[in-house]
Amino acid sequence: MLGRKGRNAVTAFFNEMFQGTDVRSPYAALGDWMQAMPAELRSLKQAEAEALFRRIGITFAVYGEGGDPDRLIPFDMFPRVFTAAEWARLERGIKQRAKALNAFLVDVYGRGEIVRAGRIPANLVYQNAAYEKAVVGIKPPKGVYSHIVGIDLVRTGPDDFFVLEDNCRTPSGVSYMLENREIMMRMFPDLFRANRIEPVDGYPELLRRTLASVAPAKCNGEPTVVILTPGHFNSAYYEHSFLADLMGVELVEGQDLFVEGEFVFMRTTEGPRRVDVIYRRIDDAFIDPLCFRPDSMLGIPGLMDVYRSGGVSICSAPGAGVADDKAVYTFVPEMIRFYLGEEPILKNVPTWQCGKPDDCKHVLDQLHELVVKEVHGSGGYGMLVGPKSTKAEIEAFRARIIADPGNYIAQPTLALSTTPTFVAEGVAPRHVDLRPYCLVGERIELVPGGLTRVALKEGSLVVNSSQGGGVKDTWVLAE
Amino acid sequence: MLSRTADNLFWLARYMERAETTARLLEVGSRIALIPSAAGYRNEWDSLLRATGTAGGFASKYKEPIQKNIESYLFFDHDNASSVATCITRARENGRIVRTALTSQVWDALNTAFQELRVMEKAKRGSLELSRLTEWTMRHAAMVRGAIEATLLRDAGYDFLNLGYHLERADSTARLMDVKYYVLLPRADFVGSGLDNYQWTTLLRAMSAHRAFHWAYGGEVTAAKIAHFLILNPQCPRALITCVQGLNTHLDRLTKSYRRTSTAQAQARVALAGLAETRVEEIFEEGLHEFLTRFITDMAGVGLAVHETYLSGDAR
Repeated sequence: MLGRKGRNAVTAFFNEMFQGTDVRSPYAALGDWMQAMPAELRSLKQAEAEALFRRIGITFAVYGEGGDPDRLIPFDMFPRVFTAAEWARLERGIKQRAKALNAFLVDVYGRGEIVRAGRIPANLVYQNAAYEKAVVGIKPPKGVYSHIVGIDLVRTGPDDFFVLEDNCRTPSGVSYMLENREIMMRMFPDLFRANRIEPVDGYPELLRRTLASVAPAKCNGEPTVVILTPGHFNSAYYEHSFLADLMGVELVEGQDLFVEGEFVFMRTTEGPRRVDVIYRRIDDAFIDPLCFRPDSMLGIPGLMDVYRSGGVSICSAPGAGVADDKAVYTFVPEMIRFYLGEEPILKNVPTWQCGKPDDCKHVLDQLHELVVKEVHGSGGYGMLVGPKSTKAEIEAFRARIIADPGNYIAQPTLALSTTPTFVAEGVAPRHVDLRPYCLVGERIELVPGGLTRVALKEGSLVVNSSQGGGVKDTWVLAE
Repeated sequence: MLSRTADNLFWLARYMERAETTARLLEVGSRIALIPSAAGYRNEWDSLLRATGTAGGFASKYKEPIQKNIESYLFFDHDNASSVATCITRARENGRIVRTALTSQVWDALNTAFQELRVMEKAKRGSLELSRLTEWTMRHAAMVRGAIEATLLRDAGYDFLNLGYHLERADSTARLMDVKYYVLLPRADFVGSGLDNYQWTTLLRAMSAHRAFHWAYGGEVTAAKIAHFLILNPQCPRALITCVQGLNTHLDRLTKSYRRTSTAQAQARVALAGLAETRVEEIFEEGLHEFLTRFITDMAGVGLAVHETYLSGDAR
C-alpha cells in the first residue's frame, strides 16, 4: 500500500512506523489495521469523522484568510504512536523544562539572579517587549507564572527529540487532543481493545485541580474558577467553551467581570459572585485597561490592583510571555542548569540570533538552507523555509532581515520525522510535530498524549493549521 | 448562571419565536391580498409592515409594496431586524455563544436551520414559493422548541428561554391581531359583515388555529368569539392569557429557586389578574386597538423588569 515515494522518503527522514520494510514495534498492530481498510471503508470512515466534528462544533477560523468561519481542521485517522519508554523520557524532559521556565519567571521578576550571574544578557530580558514591568516584585501563588506550558517538539531519529519552541502564555489546541481521541474511540473501538492505550480524558479534571491549587491568599474555601475568553468571534472560542464545559466552570467575557473593593466579581442572575482564579485566554495587553492598553474593550478595569494585593489569581500570570520569546528560547538549557542543576533531557534546536552581527552574516549566507522566524511571530506566519522557497522569496526575506535583524532568528532545516498518513492515493509518510500540554500548579502534571500536527501537503514541513496542516490522535502505549 | 448567558438564552428564544411570527405575517398578508378589499391591494401590505414596526425601513429601501419586495424584505433581508433570515442567524449565534448551556439536540436543531437558510439564500428570489418559506420557518421553529422541551435540563436556563418565548409570543399575537385592526376597521359598520369574517378566519389560519377555534366554539364566526379565543381563552396556545400565564410560571420558578422576589414577577401577576377579570365586551368598548396597544406596553414593561433584575448583571 505504501507507494514508492513513501519508501524512498524513509532514507531521508526518520519514519516512525517503517524501518526499511520492517514495522517498528509501537506500530505493529496498525499494519494489519491499515491493510484491512479498503478505500471505500476509509472514505466512509473519513466522512463519519467529519460529520462528528461538525456536529460537535469543532471548527477553526483562520486569521486573515477570510472564507468560511466554520471551517473544519483536517483530521487524519492514522494515529501516531509512542512506546511507554519513549514517553517516559519525553515526560521527564517536558516537566524539567516547565519547571525551569517557571523558576526563570519568578527570578526575572524578582532578584534576577540569572542575569547577575551573567548566564543570560540583561537586555534580552529587561528590554524584551514581553517583559511586564507592572508585575515586578510579585510572586504569584505557589511561585507559578505559567500554568499550562505547551512545548512544541519535533523528532529526527529514534531517540532524537528537539524542542522547537515553548508556549508559556495560552497554548491552544488541547481540545483537539481530547476530541481526536473521542472520535477515534467511537469509530475504531477494536483498535482500543487490541492495544493498551493510555487515556487522555483526565486532562480537564487535572486542569481544574491545577487552577484551583493556585487560588490566591485571600480565598478561603473552594475557589471559584472561570475561563476568560475574548468572545465568540475569537478563532479558539470553541476550545474555550469546550474546556469550560468539561471543567464545569463559567466561561466569562471581560464585561461579565467587575472589580469592587479588593475582589473580582462576576455578574450572575443571582447577583455578584466572587471569582478567585481566572484562566485567561486573552493577552496581557488586554486584561486591564487601567494598567495596560487603555483602549481594550475586553479587559476588566482594576483587575491588576486586585491581582497585586492577592485577591485573584491570573493564569497564566501577566508577564509569563518573556519566557517563551524566541530569543530567550536559546537560553532555556542554561536555565535548566542554573535553577535545577541538571542537564537538559530535551535538546534545543541550534539557533542563530540575527541581532548578533556574526550570526546575522552566517544566516544571510545560508538563507537557502535555513528556517527563519520572527522573534514574536506565531502560527507559521512570517517565516521562511529556505529549502522550500523560490529565489525571489528568499531575496524578499533577506531585505526584511537586513531592515530589522533583531526581529529574526534562524535555525537549520530539521529532518522532521514522518508517520503514515491517509492521502488520496492510499497511505503515505507525512511530516509531524508534537505539542504536549504540561500543567503546573501545586504539582507538575502531564497527561500521556498531546496534539500531533501533520503537514498534509507532500514534502511540506509546515504543520500549522493556518498553513494546510491537519491533526492526528496521539497514542502512548501502556507498559 | 452568568447574566450574559441568561440574556443569550432569552434572546435565542425571542428570535426563534420572532422568525415564526414574521413568517406568519407573510402568510396573513398573502392571503388577505388574494381577496378584494375596500382599501385596495397596496394598503394590505402596508398594514402588515406597520404591524411589524418596519414600514419605515421598507419604504427607504424598496419602492413598491408588491409581493416580491415584501417577501425579500420580510424573509431574506438582513437589514431588516425582524426578517426570518436575521432572526434565525441571530438565534443560532446566541446559541453558539452559550453552547455549553444547550444540549447537542438543541444545537443541532438551531444549526440545521441556519445551514439550510444559507442554502436558500443562494436561490434566485421568487423561485421558492411563499408558502414553502413560511412552512419551512414554522417547521424549524418547532424543531428547536421540541428539542428544548425534550432534552433540556429544567434549570434557570430553561426558565430564561421560556420567558423569551412567552414574552415574544404575547407581543406577536397582539401585533398580529393589530393587523386586523388596521385592515378591518375603517368604519364601524363593516364589523360583522361577510368580508370581515373571511379576514378574521385568515388570521386564525395564520396562527394555525382555525380548526382549534371551530372545535372550541362552533357555529358562526364572530369578532367577539375570535377576540375571546385569542385574548382570553387559556386553551389557545397563542392567546394572550396563555402567554402571560407562562410568564408567571417561569418567573415564579425563578423567584423560588433564587429565594428573592422581583418586580417582573409583580408586574406579570398584575397583568394576569387583569386578563382573568376582563370580558370580551369590555375589550371592544375600550377599542381593540387601544386594548392591544396597552397590552403591548405592559409586556414591554415586564421585559424591561426581567432585563434589569436578571439579564443586565447590575442587580445586587
